[in-house]
Amino acid sequence: MTNATDRPLEPGFELFEVTADVGVVARGPTPEAALAEAARGMYAVMVELDGVRNRESRVVELRADDLEHLLERWLLELLFLTESEDMLFSRFEVTLGEAGALRATAYGEPIDVERHVLGPEVKAITRHQLGVRPVAGGYEARVVFDI
Amino acid sequence: MASWEDFIQQIDDYRWEIPVSFKEGMRVPGRIYASRQLLEMAAQEEALEQTANVAFLPGIVWRSLAMPDIHQGYGFPIGGVAAMRLDDGVVSPGGVGFDINCGTRIILSNLTEAEVRPRLKELANQLFRDIPAGMGGHGALDLTDLELNDVMHRGAAWMVDRGYGSAEDLERIESGGCLPGADPARVSQRARDRGRRQLGTLGSGNHFVEVQTLEHVLDPVTAARFGFTTPGQVVVFLHTGSRGFGHQTCQDYLDRMEAVQKRYSIVLPDRQLACAPIRSPEGEHYLAAMAAAGNYAFANRQCITELTRRAFARVFGRDDHALGMELLYDVAHNSAKIERHTYEGRPIDLCVHRKGATRAFPAGHPDVPARYRDVGQPVLVPGDMGRYSYVAVGLAGAMQETWGSVCHGAGRVQSRHAALRMLRGVDLVKRLEDEGIIVRARNPRLLAEEASEAYKDVASVVDVLEHAGIARKVVRLRPLAVIKG
Repeated sequence: MTNATDRPLEPGFELFEVTADVGVVARGPTPEAALAEAARGMYAVMVELDGVRNRESRVVELRADDLEHLLERWLLELLFLTESEDMLFSRFEVTLGEAGALRATAYGEPIDVERHVLGPEVKAITRHQLGVRPVAGGYEARVVFDI
Repeated sequence: MASWEDFIQQIDDYRWEIPVSFKEGMRVPGRIYASRQLLEMAAQEEALEQTANVAFLPGIVWRSLAMPDIHQGYGFPIGGVAAMRLDDGVVSPGGVGFDINCGTRIILSNLTEAEVRPRLKELANQLFRDIPAGMGGHGALDLTDLELNDVMHRGAAWMVDRGYGSAEDLERIESGGCLPGADPARVSQRARDRGRRQLGTLGSGNHFVEVQTLEHVLDPVTAARFGFTTPGQVVVFLHTGSRGFGHQTCQDYLDRMEAVQKRYSIVLPDRQLACAPIRSPEGEHYLAAMAAAGNYAFANRQCITELTRRAFARVFGRDDHALGMELLYDVAHNSAKIERHTYEGRPIDLCVHRKGATRAFPAGHPDVPARYRDVGQPVLVPGDMGRYSYVAVGLAGAMQETWGSVCHGAGRVQSRHAALRMLRGVDLVKRLEDEGIIVRARNPRLLAEEASEAYKDVASVVDVLEHAGIARKVVRLRPLAVIKG
């Protein structure tokens, strides 16, 4: 578990490579921060994040038995909003409640093919290496996307 | 993982086996069709281990098979084929994949490269305008729930009734463009919502529409039967699947099956192999939902076929009949199908999973359309956008060894980002244009990830098929224009 003497992790993410696809490893001082950064990582695959303005928001509420399933459902919920409402997001506020409850606000705007620098669609969240684990100074979330 | 040479047994130059002793729990050996070079590529990742893991699945018969384009997937390797007995076997959504019934098509034409070349840019622009692709691309059809149910039941025929193509097209599609047993009640609302506006869209990633030209005829008799004439003939090769509709359906059933592993006492080395007995509510419901998503994919390819014909008609001022734009064939490469095979001298019904693998049925097989039955099924093997693609024909050897299956493409050789890094600073559109290939893509970032460098040389992949006696090369095609998401 997190050691009190560890310096809290700066929130952030990196993309990594698997043969045909791409994954993200996201970190933060709290599980909430790691989940928010994982979502930023997913949208970084689909679009240049800097170009996504925070003009609209959507609230996401869901529940899961453990952090791993929570991560999967959280990203799937966002993907659903992207496909069904054409929304892109670049900023996330995540809070975790009791009994595996997640409440989050995602900020972004509808897809604008003229202005956004788009990448591949994320087709699915795979279970390859999927997980959230405590590390020195915080938490690390890992997920591989099928694109 | 130990060096592959420590556990792989070589049978001959193109066949390799993973013995059941490799991992406790394997029910049958793994078998890989590959040259030494292709095998070494697969050994650099988890693809061989995944081939062994598939051999754990209950009811698997003969071998866990891997085609020469094998690369790492999720649970199953891409290029994996596995057949299960119906009575005690399982069906696994991961053995089909997220993009249910993804597949490819070739549309013929009587145009020549010499005729098309002067108008190639115009043609590429027209195709790019007319075929929705990439993120946020919407189809022209906004479907009601009832219409979506009809698509799920009827597949390509639904599109034909809406004016997209002709009844003749249906005879040139695997399974007639309609998988039996589809049940819309087994498809979630979420899958419907994701798929509703995406019917008639290409998607992104490795999906494409390519204008190609016939480069070499390798088997003149079969080529003529497939509608190929002389080098220079122009054809269209396209690749797409069931879009968000299929992706969500796979996701839904991965969840459902993972939840019942214990109930059925199924122990697996990778949770992504989640499965359920074919004869169980979960297995039956999955197959009914998979067929619904498969029919969505057939309808999607049918729609894009007609959009392609119309774009050609606009540019060349003649309708698609005058342009000879008949369908050659449509093959699926992500599916699980109940098929009759012969095993150990007896007929047996099996559920054949093909994950990134296509059928390659030989001459005389009842599932080969009548017009090709005396020569064998056309096998479409796309390469990468900078080199070439092949059409092959299924051989009897495939029925004896691979449940009538072959590879579905070139296969990835490295990650997308590695390709991107490698090509950073290189103007890929210009590089391809210098080679005479016009590219229209929604985003250049994706394009670099799809460069030739990201794929194996498809020539080396189809060579394995021919040497192993499971398919024979018929023609080689070269790209002229590429449309991508």
